[in-house]
Amino acid sequence: MYSEKVMDHFQNPRNVGEIEDASGVGTVGNAKCGDIMRIYLDIDENQVIHDCKFKTFGCGAAVATSSMATELVKGKTIQEAMEVTNKAVMDALDGLPPVKVHCSLLAEEAIHAALWDYAEKNHIQIEGLEKPKTDIHEGEEEQEEEY
Amino acid sequence: MNKIIYLDNAATTKVAPEVVEAMVPYFSENYGNPSSIYELAGASKEAVSRSRETIAKILGAEAKEIYFTGCGTEADNWAIVGAFEAYKDKGSHIITTKIEHHAVLNTCEYLEKMRKAKVTYLDVDENGLVRPEEVEKAITPETILISVMYANNEIGTIQPIKEIGQIARKHGILFHTDAVQAFGQLPIQVDDDCIDMLSSSAHKINGPKGMGFLYIRKGVKIRSFIHGGAQERKRRAGTENVAGIVGYACAAKRAVDSMEERTKRERNLRNYLVNRIMNEIPYVRLNGDPEKRLPNNVNVSLQFIEGESLLIMLDMEGICVSSGSACTSGSLDPSHVLLAIGLPHEIAHGSLRMTLGEDTTKEELDYVVEKLKGIVEHLRAMSPLYEDFVKNGKK
Repeated sequence: MYSEKVMDHFQNPRNVGEIEDASGVGTVGNAKCGDIMRIYLDIDENQVIHDCKFKTFGCGAAVATSSMATELVKGKTIQEAMEVTNKAVMDALDGLPPVKVHCSLLAEEAIHAALWDYAEKNHIQIEGLEKPKTDIHEGEEEQEEEY
Repeated sequence: MNKIIYLDNAATTKVAPEVVEAMVPYFSENYGNPSSIYELAGASKEAVSRSRETIAKILGAEAKEIYFTGCGTEADNWAIVGAFEAYKDKGSHIITTKIEHHAVLNTCEYLEKMRKAKVTYLDVDENGLVRPEEVEKAITPETILISVMYANNEIGTIQPIKEIGQIARKHGILFHTDAVQAFGQLPIQVDDDCIDMLSSSAHKINGPKGMGFLYIRKGVKIRSFIHGGAQERKRRAGTENVAGIVGYACAAKRAVDSMEERTKRERNLRNYLVNRIMNEIPYVRLNGDPEKRLPNNVNVSLQFIEGESLLIMLDMEGICVSSGSACTSGSLDPSHVLLAIGLPHEIAHGSLRMTLGEDTTKEELDYVVEKLKGIVEHLRAMSPLYEDFVKNGKK
């Protein structure tokens, strides 16, 4: 059901861990739905993401999207990191099964939440960044009835 | 490691070689239609009636009370919809439980939505047991059917079926039990348990897939569900799956003949596995009743980790198991059974079901425990829930 790249990032996740005194930390998702993602960013004085780590409670796709998202934002400026969308994460993983698309949204949200935390701490505004949602599944459509 | 360690026998089982052997002649040798009158068909007809007798005897029933179906799910659907339609003049209230298989739950929901049935879904206690007194309390003058599973497919809890059957009998209400996980694993006598209808499935007891039966007590009114020819005493149309029926009877006899010894062995191995997991892996809970439990069922919640990740990693080690996590259920909600016994969502997501089979060995279980320990450690190391737990002083 998963692409080779998803399986690779699930089996050998990149950047697992924590960053002490991180510039920004974001946690999104909830245990009810079975996915929680936390991203740590270490951002230098030039607003470049020097390091990025993650921890994830979730399925194979959740782990793989977290891993890929950290790879994609590492070394980028915060403005460039804003362009790492859920689609970019999915494309980099050669796609996800439809039921797992929400995992990639979670990864995008986690990055945004960590950037939001950084912006708040440093009293700056990041163009295009909105306050993270507390629950990424809000507003998701109910599954169709089968009758 | 090329070897597969199969610990998902509640999902399905391997067809036993003697079952295959018994089935083979009914594909291309004795292929006659049991409804035909020429001699070739006689062997098929004979085989079907002999198989029906074998199964009836196991349950202490009469052969004419056994109706073959296409699967356990069909038997559940038929029992519930068929009884509802036959007794709707008396009332439209059904009593069932929150931990039934979807074959029962979704059928009841269908009747609620499409036929204005009123359904009571009873709670269970923290071990997954239905309280017989709550069954009795739920009865109204409108109640026409009580359906409670014999043993739960996820957590293995065996229900007080006899007590519930007696309550149903006392109030003159039909009693159906989904015995898909119990038939062949536990000694069941329909008269002792006051069972009016019982569903079963062949592939859970080393028989073929695509075979089930519904036991219907003599005198019980039930509408047909599959319409057509006059097969199964005009109650279930469709040409008999002769080879499947023969395989079913062979598997059932085999399961019953070996029951005492096999379940004793599985129970010992099961307890060994549970003890090792509980003693060697921290933050684990056993789900389901420790005693009133199917002999081959283990269901544990491994805190701070999610089931699908666990399943994929075990699969990479050649270990087949299942989980009650949302990701394996095709929705965002974890298992309804684990929620019904009161588990919080995050703990339900981290559940693992291992169901032993007749071929399971102690060496296999030792291998599984060793692999599981490493995988749990790996997944916890990347879990934000575990990180918070450790930082908050392990409270």
